[in-house]
Amino acid sequence: MAELHNYTLNFGPQHPAAHGVLRLVLEMDGEVIQRADPHIGLLHRATEKLAESKPYNQSIGYMDRLDYVSMMSNEHAYVLAIEKLLGIEVPLRAQYIRVMFDEITRILNHLLWLAGHGLDIGAMTMFLYCFREREDLMDIYEAVSGARLHATYYRPGGVYRDLPDRMPQYETSKWHNQKDVDRMNENRQGSVLDFIWDFTERFPAHVDEYETLLTDNRIWKQRTVGIGVVSPERAKNLGFSGPMLRGSGVEWDLRKKQPYEVYDRLDFDIPVGTNGDTYDRYLVRIEEFRQSNRIIRQCVEWLRNNHGAVMVEDHKIVPPKRETMKHDMEALIHHFKLFTEGFCVPEGQAYAAVEHPKGEFGIYLVSDGANKPYRVKIRAPGFAHLSALDEMSNGHMLADVVAIIGTQDIVFGEVDR
Amino acid sequence: MTNSERLQTLQRRIGEAAGDAVQASSIELGELTVDLAVDALHEICQKLHVGENFAFDTLIDICGVDYLHYRKEAGEDWTRPRFAVVYHLLSTSRNQRLRLRVFIEESSPIVDSVIDIWKSADWFEREVFDLFGILFKGHPDLRRILTDYGFVGHPFRKDFPLTGHVEMRYDAEKGRVVYQPVSIEPRVLVPRVIREEGYGG
Repeated sequence: MAELHNYTLNFGPQHPAAHGVLRLVLEMDGEVIQRADPHIGLLHRATEKLAESKPYNQSIGYMDRLDYVSMMSNEHAYVLAIEKLLGIEVPLRAQYIRVMFDEITRILNHLLWLAGHGLDIGAMTMFLYCFREREDLMDIYEAVSGARLHATYYRPGGVYRDLPDRMPQYETSKWHNQKDVDRMNENRQGSVLDFIWDFTERFPAHVDEYETLLTDNRIWKQRTVGIGVVSPERAKNLGFSGPMLRGSGVEWDLRKKQPYEVYDRLDFDIPVGTNGDTYDRYLVRIEEFRQSNRIIRQCVEWLRNNHGAVMVEDHKIVPPKRETMKHDMEALIHHFKLFTEGFCVPEGQAYAAVEHPKGEFGIYLVSDGANKPYRVKIRAPGFAHLSALDEMSNGHMLADVVAIIGTQDIVFGEVDR
Repeated sequence: MTNSERLQTLQRRIGEAAGDAVQASSIELGELTVDLAVDALHEICQKLHVGENFAFDTLIDICGVDYLHYRKEAGEDWTRPRFAVVYHLLSTSRNQRLRLRVFIEESSPIVDSVIDIWKSADWFEREVFDLFGILFKGHPDLRRILTDYGFVGHPFRKDFPLTGHVEMRYDAEKGRVVYQPVSIEPRVLVPRVIREEGYGG
């Protein structure tokens, strides 16, 4: 009989289940993975080096493009690091707006994760359901920032502008007559906050829908239970964070443990898994949907009753109002200086981390006192998670690799940077 | 105990545990930074990992820094070793963070790998090697990770131009992708400046 040897299988970089541009070189013994060697870097854009060549303000847009499904959370870590070095305190209303959008972003991210993860292991319907809800959330993004994805909404010193009083409306077109448009605009009659509130009223029922489809689904469980098990000690040693760490039973969430902005004033729970497998991580993220929804509701209530500034008043950092620039010489100079030179950040180093939907997203900033950062290091959660793919997939079948990539919630914008 | 008191306690304990290996340590912006001698790094990391009073169970990040042009615009020269490797540690049980920094000379850019202590160091070290050309002694598989197969140079060094040295395009005659010297000129839209404190009133 012929002797059988291990063989290598190339997976990706153009493979729908590779979540972007992952190239995996798999060493297989029949159907069983012996070694997985991810080749990354196909989306490397040297964001950190680009940021070194631009004034601080001009790199916020690059942060959106790191993890391009949780845009505002990336911006958040970056502006927090700058604010830490500058030593500025953000107005309370801006902090609530940031927290609210962080949680909206968390739902956005988890929806795409659920859609993709479901699709990868055979639950086609999830994809359609999740994108239905994403649509509403991206409309909220658009209403406040003008962009559906890459918002550049957070700025050092606050957020770019206050929440608008009116939600944009659909108009009649070749495809939608007046009756359709009236129905579509029904929940858009009030302010953005009313629209968000309406979303939070509907959303828990949608989460129930997803759960009906998946949680007790026999096929879903066969594909996820016992797949990619990571013990708590191992998870910490591998540098896991976020749902990947909590799925293994470690109660660690920066929003609770090292609260930033107003998270310490809000009431929410941290879901934790027990077995550390793909199914537990699924349950953790599903519960995070509900918890994020809770946080958003608390923020909306606070924002309705409390008004005020959303930016600091310091015109060395924040541009003055266009209206003042028309008659105030000093404002005009500030504006000119800010947009031709930017602002200088005191010499020093700072690390700011946020509980990003995927884990701990951190920015390590080294400043030499110039108007551009000396070094920006982006700590992307997905990078640490993907480096553990070899260990997680060892001994599993080829089809399980897809489930493990899915559960890691990999996005190449942040892994490759 | 307040956060700054806890950091001071940690600073003192590291001073006791590491002894002469600590070159400097400071608490700024609520973060503790400890500069270590390069040859003591591995031993101290081991202590920080297992020590009851430290319990740094997670290595959050490893970052390379090239200090070649640090404060160049202010007319100052960098006199310390050119490269630094910065480690961000986290203790989930004690809820504390720590930053370690080792400076290394350009002539022998070698640091001991900490992969046997924290597995997450694997890719972080590969990344620092790829982008800065810093070598990690004891790393089992120190390959490039982010740059292209066959890439030459270490792109995040300050003397590596932003535009790079080569660009690639598809050559219709040869029927394959070819590399050629870059055709774009580097340009600076906003010059880098360092202003004195209180500039502009």
